[in-house]
Amino acid sequence: MTDTVLDIKDLSISFGGLKAIEHFDLEIKKGQLYGLVGPNGAGKTTVFNIITGVYKATSGHFYLDGEDLTNKSQEYICHKGIARTFQNIRLFNNMTVIRNVLVGLHSQKEYAYSLFDSILRLPRFKREEKEMRDKAKELLAMVDLLDVRNDISSNLPYGKQRKLEIARALATEPKLLCLDEPAAGMNPQETKELMDIIFKIRDLGITILLIEHDMKFVSGLCDEVTVLDFGHILASGKTKEVLNDPEVVRAYIGG
Amino acid sequence: MFFETLINGLSSGGTYAMIALGYTMVYGIAKMLNFAHGDIIMVSAYVLFVMISLTGQPLIALIISIIFSMILGVVIEKLAYKPLRGSSPLAVLISAIGMSYLLQSLVQMIFGTAPKMVVIGDLGSITMFGVRIPVYILLTLVCTFLIMVLLSIYIKYSKVGRAMIAVSDNRDAAMLMGIDVNKIIALTFAIGSALAAVAGFFMMIKSPSLTNTLGAMPGIKAFTAAVIGGIGSIPGAMVGGILLGVIEAFSFRMPMIAPYTDAIEFLILIIILLVKPSGLLGKMKREKV
Ligand SMILES: Nc1ncnc2c1ncn2[C@@H]1O[C@H](COP(=O)(O)OP(=O)(O)O)[C@@H](O)[C@H]1O
Ligand SMILES: [Mg+2]
Repeated sequence: MTDTVLDIKDLSISFGGLKAIEHFDLEIKKGQLYGLVGPNGAGKTTVFNIITGVYKATSGHFYLDGEDLTNKSQEYICHKGIARTFQNIRLFNNMTVIRNVLVGLHSQKEYAYSLFDSILRLPRFKREEKEMRDKAKELLAMVDLLDVRNDISSNLPYGKQRKLEIARALATEPKLLCLDEPAAGMNPQETKELMDIIFKIRDLGITILLIEHDMKFVSGLCDEVTVLDFGHILASGKTKEVLNDPEVVRAYIGG
Repeated sequence: MFFETLINGLSSGGTYAMIALGYTMVYGIAKMLNFAHGDIIMVSAYVLFVMISLTGQPLIALIISIIFSMILGVVIEKLAYKPLRGSSPLAVLISAIGMSYLLQSLVQMIFGTAPKMVVIGDLGSITMFGVRIPVYILLTLVCTFLIMVLLSIYIKYSKVGRAMIAVSDNRDAAMLMGIDVNKIIALTFAIGSALAAVAGFFMMIKSPSLTNTLGAMPGIKAFTAAVIGGIGSIPGAMVGGILLGVIEAFSFRMPMIAPYTDAIEFLILIIILLVKPSGLLGKMKREKV
């Protein structure tokens, strides 16, 4: 059990009368690429919103590496190692591509230069600033955005904006990366590149939780999935078996 | 005569700029118009009055008034604005107007309606280019300029400043990046209020009579300056403030139009907004869907 990264236990949330998530459990092991699937409105994004601190759960708990992070603030959860991307992209639109990534790096504690250092361009500032730029470039190279690093982020085409969101999330050095429909709006070529990027991230030892609508995408990437339907778990387990489960097929085709 | 008027305009423009900076930072980062900002100047001036009466030391009084003002700004944000985050901008605006009246009434209850005299002392004057210029005017100019340069450097190069830019750009994304947005917004109010206290100090040197509506007109002028310069833009607040101060000074000099000075200023505001709705230095915002 020691290799469990994310452990969600009996999580529920309601908005007014609507029970968006009920008795939700999920366990993800280190290094796993885990899928969360389900029809529109099933509650997938809501799960992300809870485990990144955007929403507070009505009841239940979730743990990262054994630490209870339920009801903790967004920035605390971020520092503890959960990062995410959004279904509808939220970049720093007025900043360059590389600045977007630098914001993620800046909020990391290890870079601790003071204002004094930075004004006087003291060695420590210079060194850390260079380290951060190098790190940012490395991350941008991983998502194939190195050549557009000085463009304003809102001028990028949609697919590249999605990749930038991933690079920015990685800048916070997460243990768990949550991707909310990363392939949405991408063409087949971009989708294929994205799959390669996701594998590369996994190979760095980062655990990934992926929300996706496209079943082909999920079965190509994830070893295990959980299917959500109207806030309830419909099925959960090995991807192949789950996706052939008659009930799951019915929810998808009939629903 | 021209030179003297210009220096005069630069000095009141500097004060406007300092107040406008508070407006613009709060607008840029917390995304709201703090209409109680002018009243923070007024309260800080009363603190100045009390401290000078007690200690007789203008500099100590100034420091205490700055600290008081910062705390007041943070408390106002916590009490009146933070609970309304995420609700309609109109609700926040009404809360700000309510806060403005609350501060004015509290001060009136404590100090009464009779004007107080804040005697900071005569700093003398020096002669430059054959013109006598009061030292306080030069002091205002130099201080304003220094504060603005420091603030710009702070925002551009410090970690906190960069976090401010991130919060201003996209609050949700900033939170996601591990930035403590509550702390950044509180700090923004603290900085804006400190500048308001400094502006209050210079206003008191210029005309020492103090009532509970001291902040009203400068508040509106500074707001106008911030909008002319491009609300949310720090250099914009400087340019707008200085411009407004200079226009005002020259307008006062011309007997024909002097009575209409305020009207002329607002007319300029309207013209600038018609030509460039985002203000002189403001960026055009492209709303994304
Ligand atoms: N902040 C909210 N307030 C009210 N209802 C919400 C809120 N967030 C999500 N919901 C509701 O919860 C349900 C699940 O939404 P969501 O998690 O976005 O679904 P999915 O991501 O699976 O498509 C939907 O019915 C949605 O309307
Ligand atoms: Mg969703």
